[in-house]
Amino acid sequence: MGVFVFKLPDVGEGTAEAELVEWKVAVGDMVAEDQPLADVMTDKATVELTSPVAGRVRCLHGIPGEMRAVKSALVELDVEGADGEGSNPDLIPSPSGERNLDPRDTPPTTPLSERPDSPDSVSKELDSPDSPDSVLPQSGDFIFRLPDVGEGTAEAELVEWKVKLGDTVEEDQPLADVMTDKATVELTSPVAGVVTALHGTVGQMLAVKSPLVELMTGKGGMPPQSAAPTAPPLAKEPMKAAAPVQASPVHGAGGREAVGGGKPQTPSQPARTTRALGTKPLASPAVRRRAHELGVELSYVPGSGPAGRISHENLDGFLNRGSAPAAAPAPASGYARRTEITDVKVIGLRRRIAQSMQEAKRRIPHFAYIEEVDMTALEALRAHLNVTHKARGKLTVLPFFARALVKVLPDYPQINARFDDDAGVVHRHAAVHLGVAAQTPNGLIVPVVKHAEAMDLWAFAAEVTRLSAAARDGKAKSEELSGSTITLTSLGPLGGIATTPVINYPEVAIIGPNKIVERPVVVGGQVVIRKMMNLSSSFDHRVVDGYDAAEFIQRIKGLLENPAALFID
Amino acid sequence: MTQTLTPKVLVVGGGPGGYVAAIRCGQLGLDTVLVEGVRLGGTCLIRGCIPSKAMIHVASEVDVMRRAAEGAGRHGVKLASPPTVDLNQTVAWKETVVDKLNGGVTALLKRAKVKVVEGWGVFEDAKTCRVQTAAGEVVIRPENVILASGSVPVELPHIKFGGPVISSTEALSLDALPERLVVVGAGYIGLELGIAMRKFGCQVTVVEAQDRILPLYDKDLTSPVRRWLEKNGVTLMLGAKAQGVEADGNAHVLIVETAEGEAVRLPADKVLVTVGRKPLTEGWGLEATGVVMNGRFVKVDDRCATSMRGVYAIGDLVGEPMLAHKASAQGEMVAEIIAGHKRNFDPVSISAVCFTEPEIVSAGLLPTDPGGSGDGVVTALFPFQANGRALSMEAGDDGGFVRVIARKDDHRLLGVQAVGAHVSELVAEFTLALEMGATLEDIAGTIHVHPTLSEGFHEATQRVLGHAIHI
Repeated sequence: MGVFVFKLPDVGEGTAEAELVEWKVAVGDMVAEDQPLADVMTDKATVELTSPVAGRVRCLHGIPGEMRAVKSALVELDVEGADGEGSNPDLIPSPSGERNLDPRDTPPTTPLSERPDSPDSVSKELDSPDSPDSVLPQSGDFIFRLPDVGEGTAEAELVEWKVKLGDTVEEDQPLADVMTDKATVELTSPVAGVVTALHGTVGQMLAVKSPLVELMTGKGGMPPQSAAPTAPPLAKEPMKAAAPVQASPVHGAGGREAVGGGKPQTPSQPARTTRALGTKPLASPAVRRRAHELGVELSYVPGSGPAGRISHENLDGFLNRGSAPAAAPAPASGYARRTEITDVKVIGLRRRIAQSMQEAKRRIPHFAYIEEVDMTALEALRAHLNVTHKARGKLTVLPFFARALVKVLPDYPQINARFDDDAGVVHRHAAVHLGVAAQTPNGLIVPVVKHAEAMDLWAFAAEVTRLSAAARDGKAKSEELSGSTITLTSLGPLGGIATTPVINYPEVAIIGPNKIVERPVVVGGQVVIRKMMNLSSSFDHRVVDGYDAAEFIQRIKGLLENPAALFID
Repeated sequence: MTQTLTPKVLVVGGGPGGYVAAIRCGQLGLDTVLVEGVRLGGTCLIRGCIPSKAMIHVASEVDVMRRAAEGAGRHGVKLASPPTVDLNQTVAWKETVVDKLNGGVTALLKRAKVKVVEGWGVFEDAKTCRVQTAAGEVVIRPENVILASGSVPVELPHIKFGGPVISSTEALSLDALPERLVVVGAGYIGLELGIAMRKFGCQVTVVEAQDRILPLYDKDLTSPVRRWLEKNGVTLMLGAKAQGVEADGNAHVLIVETAEGEAVRLPADKVLVTVGRKPLTEGWGLEATGVVMNGRFVKVDDRCATSMRGVYAIGDLVGEPMLAHKASAQGEMVAEIIAGHKRNFDPVSISAVCFTEPEIVSAGLLPTDPGGSGDGVVTALFPFQANGRALSMEAGDDGGFVRVIARKDDHRLLGVQAVGAHVSELVAEFTLALEMGATLEDIAGTIHVHPTLSEGFHEATQRVLGHAIHI
């Protein structure tokens, strides 16, 4: 019999506190594992907290409506274990030698086999990022696992390490950036400690809950409520410490970890650079001799070995590559050939873009429709507003397009939709969540202006500005980058004459205004100069017919050419 | 009557450069003649490396025995009386070693079908060599020539060899131990022999014009040797210049100007002058071959080709380092070039060893070399004090260590040095590591046998990487 203290987990990046909204249990209740305990609300969302263990509610801390600090105790549970397991690691002092174990040194010891707990439940307790309370007591050796960074995400791509082996990290210090299909998330350390192992390489897909960082936490990193006795700095004899630790599921899990991750993780080597210019090529005497015999200058042979060491294979490769041009000598000219090939790994955002573009093109039978729009009147109105309403900010044409879309879309619900083609269902949205494609230094990102239909010109402009800045800085939240129902893509001054935009799957339509140019057009039998713009668009032909699409674009055109109509219901 | 030979290759000089070149030529099927004026084996076998190591070996045994006879003995081993040395017998034993190797070289040349002409050869032009032999004059007109005449000790103009003034050659064949020996020149030859003589029981004074011993090496490497000299009563006179030798009754006196400018008279039974070696460029018609010189050396390219077509030069004759193994490597290469192979001389390291007490080895860059220190370089040393094998041989407290120097960015080894008892055998691994382009991780990832001194290399690389075990 033991007490398990469930503490308010860190429910969102940078959230320090959350509002307790509702208790789902009462004192004395028996709760099962994964049973909801309470609802809390952060400034972002309401989160349902579930119990990591089964037990009887012994005490509830806080009343609904109260702000609770992250990591403060929320629920105390009496936990039953057949042999006393499940004792609260926080409250029951346990021999701490084990805590300092380097899991690599830990033999697959008896505690594992003797633990009646299923490894799963234990690991859940240990792993779940939603319950840092259960991991915190692991003061000696802390394994930070990849948290569930988004709803239903099973894996995430490791984009960047923010720490290296041996670094001392503070609590909340960024450890790594991972990327889901929605956004890049910065993972911060829940504890202070020294990084003892990094799992995974940049670009690798990691399963949620797989170990990411191992930390040797010192006393400083221990939560104040932890009653863990002082730990010797380094347990040299893991076996001695192992036995008494059986009582603690957490430590047992640490042992299990040793089995699973028993292989020492080699620290990721610093990337080997190829030879710097002017340094002598590194090669064995046999390779040097053969190169000399072949008349090959080794300085030009790329070496694949450590420190750019050149092997026989590298020399062969160089010869094979070099033989073709040798057979057919290059025509004499003053221009040198450029033969270098730079390999760039498609990772991170680039891979994300590549995958979604591939997906869109593979699944969606696109058709494009291009119409020209006389923007003279709208441009005049825009110029007027920018002068008369200077204080409200400068308007681009984008808010007008958004206005036109939200005005026309209710009549074309099949176009403002998300098509779940696996399920064969089109979700038609009343709201217009307008994706606005933005170029960032890393690549294309589509922030989403939620409920564009409820925004006036300036509100929309401000939201777009805010979102694109966030996207460019990589600070956009996951929900700000997902959920669009239709997308607007504009290349601005680079707009060109016409484009065939790729639909932002699973949407069904995308609108791409092109560049506004002054062109001679015939108006009433006269050739006059008008500000003309082409409006390109693509539609998913599975759910949007050409006729409807054309009609839809014509309605847009009508509104843009008669901008007063944008504001008339 | 004059005999005329017209071989494919003429090798002049039977030292470690010449005889190796000749054997390789023979292996390659080239009709080869080797001319040697003294004895096959050259300086190295006859009056250098090998005989000096033999004498050093005996000296070290004498030293051990003497210490066993002193006081409480050594680790429970006690000799009743100090050892006595009959130097004639020691020299005779050394000669058996030399004879064995000399005979071996003769046999190897014979097996390689190399014709050996014994006599002093003099060139008349680059492709004509006239040799006076016991059987008469031989004129050799080869297609190709390999010059491997080697080097001789440098003589001081005011202290000529002769009488009490000896070179390393005579020092290895003394008929009696000098009571007082003055060594002029604290380079590796002078110190090797001076230390050996001290171990034999002579009073040894070393006079060096520079302010340090073994000026080729950095201070860290040489300080254990200096410690040994001081501990064992060898008088070191640094910054001192030997001025001349005078007779003083039956004995002799070396006049030395000290660093402070005082004239000191050092009584000496023998004065060993070891102020360096110079290429042997006189007395065999080098000037008649018309090859272009590079200072006092013969100028060669990276194929050891001289300015004269078909004339190659190797070894001490072509420049520093004047080391037997460099000469042999060049000799093999030139043989192959003459046989039509495409070769060039492109070693990463011509490593060197110094059989002082303790021994010093150096492969690759020293910290004092360009690029051997600074921001782009990482280095660490591992003291033999922390090496079990060294301790078990009483070699742990002489200040010895292994030192590695590597590039900071890609961890490639740049240089490895060691100082300590018995470290001479370690240099092969150091050199191999450098030639194979090893990185610190390669060495750290190689399991080094315990208990051996080579663990010091392993640990030194690990120490650079930040995870040495035993320090």
